[in-house]
Amino acid sequence: MTTTRPLLEMQAISKTFPGVRALSGVDFKVGAGEVHALLGENGAGKSTLLKILSGVQQADRGTIRFDGKAFAPHSPHDAQASGIVTIYQEFSLFPSLTIAENVLIGREPPLSDKAGIFGRRLINWREMARRTAAVMSAVGLELHPMRQVADLSVAEQQMVEIARALSMESRLIVMDEPTSALSDKEVQKLFTIIRELKAKGIAIIFVTHRLEEVRIICDRLTVLRDGELVGEAEVASTPIDAMIGMMVGREVERLFAHRKRHYTGETVLEVEGVSRLNRGPGNTLARLHDISFTLNRGEILGLAGLVGAGRTDLARVIFGADPFEQGTIRVDGQTIAPGSPQDAIEAGIGLVPEDRKLQALFLALTVRSNLSMTALDRLSGRFGWVDGKGERALVLDYATRLNVRMADPEQQIANLSGGNQQKVVLARWLALQPKILIVDEPTRGIDVAAKAEVHQLLYGLAESGIGIIAISSELPEIMTVSDRILTMREGRITGEAMAGEASEEKLMELMTLAAPNAGSRAA
Amino acid sequence: MKKSGQFDIFGLLARFAPLLFLLVLMAVFAILEPRFLSPLNLFNVMRQVSIFGLLAIGMTFVILTRGIDLSVGSLLAFAGLVAAVVAKGGLESRFAIGQAQEAQGFGWGTAILAALVTGTICGALQGFAITKLKVPPFVVTLGGMSAFRGAALLFAGGGPVSGFGEGYRWWGQGYIGQVPVPVIIFLTLAVIAHIILRYTRFGRHVYAVGANPEAARLSGLNVDRITLRVYLIMGFLAGLGGFVLSARLNSAEAVAGLTYELTVIASVVIGGTSLFGGVGTIFGTVIGTLLIGVLLNGLVLNNVSSYVQQIIIGVIIVLAVAFDTFAKSRRKRS
Repeated sequence: MTTTRPLLEMQAISKTFPGVRALSGVDFKVGAGEVHALLGENGAGKSTLLKILSGVQQADRGTIRFDGKAFAPHSPHDAQASGIVTIYQEFSLFPSLTIAENVLIGREPPLSDKAGIFGRRLINWREMARRTAAVMSAVGLELHPMRQVADLSVAEQQMVEIARALSMESRLIVMDEPTSALSDKEVQKLFTIIRELKAKGIAIIFVTHRLEEVRIICDRLTVLRDGELVGEAEVASTPIDAMIGMMVGREVERLFAHRKRHYTGETVLEVEGVSRLNRGPGNTLARLHDISFTLNRGEILGLAGLVGAGRTDLARVIFGADPFEQGTIRVDGQTIAPGSPQDAIEAGIGLVPEDRKLQALFLALTVRSNLSMTALDRLSGRFGWVDGKGERALVLDYATRLNVRMADPEQQIANLSGGNQQKVVLARWLALQPKILIVDEPTRGIDVAAKAEVHQLLYGLAESGIGIIAISSELPEIMTVSDRILTMREGRITGEAMAGEASEEKLMELMTLAAPNAGSRAA
Repeated sequence: MKKSGQFDIFGLLARFAPLLFLLVLMAVFAILEPRFLSPLNLFNVMRQVSIFGLLAIGMTFVILTRGIDLSVGSLLAFAGLVAAVVAKGGLESRFAIGQAQEAQGFGWGTAILAALVTGTICGALQGFAITKLKVPPFVVTLGGMSAFRGAALLFAGGGPVSGFGEGYRWWGQGYIGQVPVPVIIFLTLAVIAHIILRYTRFGRHVYAVGANPEAARLSGLNVDRITLRVYLIMGFLAGLGGFVLSARLNSAEAVAGLTYELTVIASVVIGGTSLFGGVGTIFGTVIGTLLIGVLLNGLVLNNVSSYVQQIIIGVIIVLAVAFDTFAKSRRKRS
């Protein structure tokens, strides 16, 4: 179906964010009627490239040609007007409105074409319903157009998104992980629709982490890594191993940078059959299915998985930040209550959360307050009187040990660099002398030097007997720091590897391919 | 490193701006109306301010946790009436005139206790609705504003309850040395509140909950319990304020404390406490309260109508919050 002249040509696209080079000189071509897979690890630059294409962000350098004409969208509206429609991973629907309103929002048919006070300002509801029903039947969804979107299942909402894209007379549809919320049957239905679109000459950019789907539905593929173009290939001539190789970037087996460390076989944490079936508000929480593992004293256990695989959810469940329905969590043989951070902390668990600013820091407060917050119980006596001298001593002690660079403990924490802020968050937990420390993306958004410092810190803590669970989206980081790695996909543990045993390719395969139990994925 | 080393003129200015503003305002009024600086007038201002001040101390706790309490004026009136009725010996004898009735009443000690208990229970109810029923503080206390006013009207039964014994009145009209008793109560509680916020675990938790509730929860703080206590403190102080006001006026009425919530919130915000939570001091609140008190007093002395005063208070609230928003965006950038 590929035509000789591409419908979309992006050339030498570059984009830099403060401190990060997101894209450097990326070329990307998609032909009319082509289903094109865009692949890459987390942070490879896929999202940035698509945001530039859909007008959400602008490239620093590079040119885009669409349908032979120069194209520089400054807003999503520009892109839509040219026929480029994006279906985002996070739903962009209005839950409180009807299906028809969602599908035709901003393009509601007027009651009359005549100018005047009312004609163009009033909505022709009959026409709304008619047009919506037409696109809905095209995606095989037999629902009344006036039903409220909030009442629909996740899969149905995804279909409404697709119906909206269809109703826009689009020529290029970007689908960002469209299948992650769908059951197998619904995925088949989506593929049928994609084939129909293809037959009409509509191009599709398909982003997915499920490589087997690329083999089924895509014609060509482009792989990005660290903001650069790795290559472009025909799907038919690219086996999945080769795709993984391109994404990871090292064809040769790369072994762990294995550190010889000894830790006792003593178990400190037992997680047994933990499941969380209820989704949270806004469907942001993944489900967890029957998770069991143990963590030893002095061990660093890495949790690897793609975004949305349930790593963070698992960390939060262990810490009690979120509840769970089934299973038990034991620290040193003692069962801890689900959904209570206080209980978890008392049992000796600490959590350095994923989002430092939103979940860990008290930006308006001082370094001292931020560091000593968890230790106040220990530092205070009668009437809750805080021992100021003891507090200052504790703060200085940990600031020195962790090499926190600051002018003064009374300084606002907002004025510290990301790396130093992270060290303060770590110190907050170390001050409690925990048995278990969970670090979720401990080096996100901090510079290379601070990163190495944080790694050294983690090693030191493990040496001192703390059991550590480390989560990172960067596979090399997980492989460097961990003694043992668990891979996750769709809320399940899909594999386990000891340090020095598994290659990046092997892990990537476990993260993307390992089949979850059939049937349980249905909503 | 570099940033903190610099001399932060803006930060310094923001910190002492209320105090500077207060001094400038006093100078202006002193020039416009020499009577303003007379000791009699200054103590008068202080005494007027101390009721607002008691409420403002509680409001500082509330706003530090990102909350708001619109019910303070109503609760003050309600608690004042409860105290008055208790002092008069019950609902039957509430309208009896003269000090002879003092003997039939339950005495000022019981009256204070009744006001404090009323305030604390009402505060706890609101705190319960906020933490357990998950209703936003704005809505809960808007409801409280109406409910407590209604309760006050029920208790008042149509007229003011007035004429208390000497022991009762002392709490509002008496002096210790040269200083009016309400002023002493206000400043004592300000010192206690300052110590609680600054030197106790609970105080530090209040700042943490306001600065980042999610981080507070993930640090193992019992956010609900801390929030509940804050509204309890607010209720306690509203109860105390209601009693002191009725003692000062020798009368408790259902319409007492109308629009106090505005004046009090204005005092707290102008004193540097951020509506975004986690930033503020009792010292700032005391200055803010004095500032508003001086402003209102100066306007009265200069014959500015009370209607215009309301306009000025309204404008001040908006400007103070605009300044706060500006300061917050600066914090974020740095």
